Amino acid sequence: MNPSKWFKFYIAIFLVFLYAPALLLPVFAFNDSSIVAFPLKGFTFNWFKVLWETEALHASAKNSLIIALSTAVIATTLGTLAARASARYKFPGQKGVMGFIMIPLVLPEIIVGVSLLVVILQLGFDLSLWSIVLGHVLICTPFCVAILSSAFLNLDQSLEEASFDLGQTKFATFWLVTMPLVLPGIVSSMLISFTISLDEFIIAFFLAGTEPTLPVYIWGQLRFPQKLPSLMALGTVLLVLSMTLLATAEYFRRRSARKTGIEDAGGFL
Amino acid sequence: MTEPIIRLSGIDKFYGDFQALYDVNAEIQKGEFFSLLGPSGCGKTTLLRTIAGFEDVSKGTVEIAGQSMEDVPANKRPTNMVFQSYAIFPHMTVAENVAYGLKARKMPKDQIATEVSAALKMVGLAGYGDRASHALSGGQRQRVALARALVLKPKVLLLDEPLSALDKKMREQMQSELRHLQRAVGITFILVTHDQEEALTMSDRIAVMFDGRIGQLASPQELYRRPVNRKVAEFIGVMNFLDVSYTAGANGAFDCDINGLGQVTVPAEQAPGGVDASVTAGVRPEMLTILSGENTRTEREAAGTVSDVYYFGDMTYYDVKLDGVDKPVTISMRNTAGRTVLGRDDRARVGWGAESVLLLK
Repeated sequence: MNPSKWFKFYIAIFLVFLYAPALLLPVFAFNDSSIVAFPLKGFTFNWFKVLWETEALHASAKNSLIIALSTAVIATTLGTLAARASARYKFPGQKGVMGFIMIPLVLPEIIVGVSLLVVILQLGFDLSLWSIVLGHVLICTPFCVAILSSAFLNLDQSLEEASFDLGQTKFATFWLVTMPLVLPGIVSSMLISFTISLDEFIIAFFLAGTEPTLPVYIWGQLRFPQKLPSLMALGTVLLVLSMTLLATAEYFRRRSARKTGIEDAGGFL
Repeated sequence: MTEPIIRLSGIDKFYGDFQALYDVNAEIQKGEFFSLLGPSGCGKTTLLRTIAGFEDVSKGTVEIAGQSMEDVPANKRPTNMVFQSYAIFPHMTVAENVAYGLKARKMPKDQIATEVSAALKMVGLAGYGDRASHALSGGQRQRVALARALVLKPKVLLLDEPLSALDKKMREQMQSELRHLQRAVGITFILVTHDQEEALTMSDRIAVMFDGRIGQLASPQELYRRPVNRKVAEFIGVMNFLDVSYTAGANGAFDCDINGLGQVTVPAEQAPGGVDASVTAGVRPEMLTILSGENTRTEREAAGTVSDVYYFGDMTYYDVKLDGVDKPVTISMRNTAGRTVLGRDDRARVGWGAESVLLLK
């Protein structure tokens, strides 16, 4: 085989290792057997029906949705403020501050989880959904800042000045010019942080009190082999949901790039 | 003289400790094409932005049409601006861009439509209303920006280096279009530029700025022929400088001995900035002639050696080392019928006169 064929072979192997396990989820979710193993027995929607009938699952799904929505809104708001400030103004310690905001990107989540747990308990607060939101905002904000920074940096400052010069008020300028141009970035930032929060396990595991999130619930159910196929069904649902959200986020990011007339410089997808 | 449309009195502008403008005074007349010319960082854009209302003045006043603009924000001033980047709203069509200011004024919709199509027609973009603005070329963006500002019929149109982003050919075309447009609408234009040729060809009057100060405010001809100092003379066109010694003569004239040229009496108006010990003689390249055999009519004559020749077809530029001077002077000659073009190291007879010389501080 010549080098280019080797390279193709390598890519094929790489993709199989990356995605084959995820593809097993839907396969066993529709398999009519309580044992997760080949050969497949037959086709069934039964495991999805089991999901539908499990009350505890609904509660944890609801928790996860509340956390993910709150995280998306809070992290995007904070990200918008930080991105706007760093794109538009020069202030002392700017690089250091922006650096610290981005650090959670590379910080192991287990460290974030353990240290937040210690701090919250030391301060005398109880663990609740909000302690998880706190942790998730911490790890999602860097993503929001990264997405929104490019949205604000690509916004020509003279556009806002032009609107003001043409007789609009500052408030109207914000809604007519600034918002429409950064809106795709804001939507994309919310979708990404929603997705990250929904999937996140380690921080949620440490900071969940009596109310588990969906990933924590799944982990707890793994002790019962007979529940495994229904978890496969649940995994399938989450997989589809995550991919849809990410694709939507990417769509908005590209639309934003196209609208402001800049070259597409790559993204998360 | 009628009341000026803009009066700038004693304007200082500080950014922290840095002073961007020093005591700027100017009056700009109604219907005038006025340029702020200077190298980058000279404060010309800052001055334009104080007129627009994007920058406060630290001291002094900006008056527009007799009214002080103190505490009047940019959106309430009778000025509109064409930005260097054009600042066309990318999420709107061409027509929406042009209609933007009219909508802010709450003009009825059908009237907006009429005004917008008239404005687009005026800048040569009739029928472009529905185009997406991010798909336009540089020249088209420029026209949209002009239409968007002019449709509001401002008392003064401010243009911040509007031609700098265009290629040479497009720039020359837009220069003459801007001039025609200005005459047609009769609105005062204030143009910021660092391109002296652009300022000379387009403006009624020019303020040349250096380091936050107006160096000279005059018509293009006066700036070129009677610059008040060395700095202005160097910035506008090409100027040769020669050492000179002088004594005061009759009628305020100066009896001069110019290194390399010789003795001459220079009338007072050819020392527009006055004289002192630092004075030098300035001579424009076209004010000197290379004398060839048949053409010897000249007031005075000097001699030198050609050190370089730049042949441009219609013109030839010579670098000539005048006898006794190390630094060559530039002399431009039209290549009229029968004129011989000298080569390097040829001896040259240089014709000049009292009119050729300026005394500059």
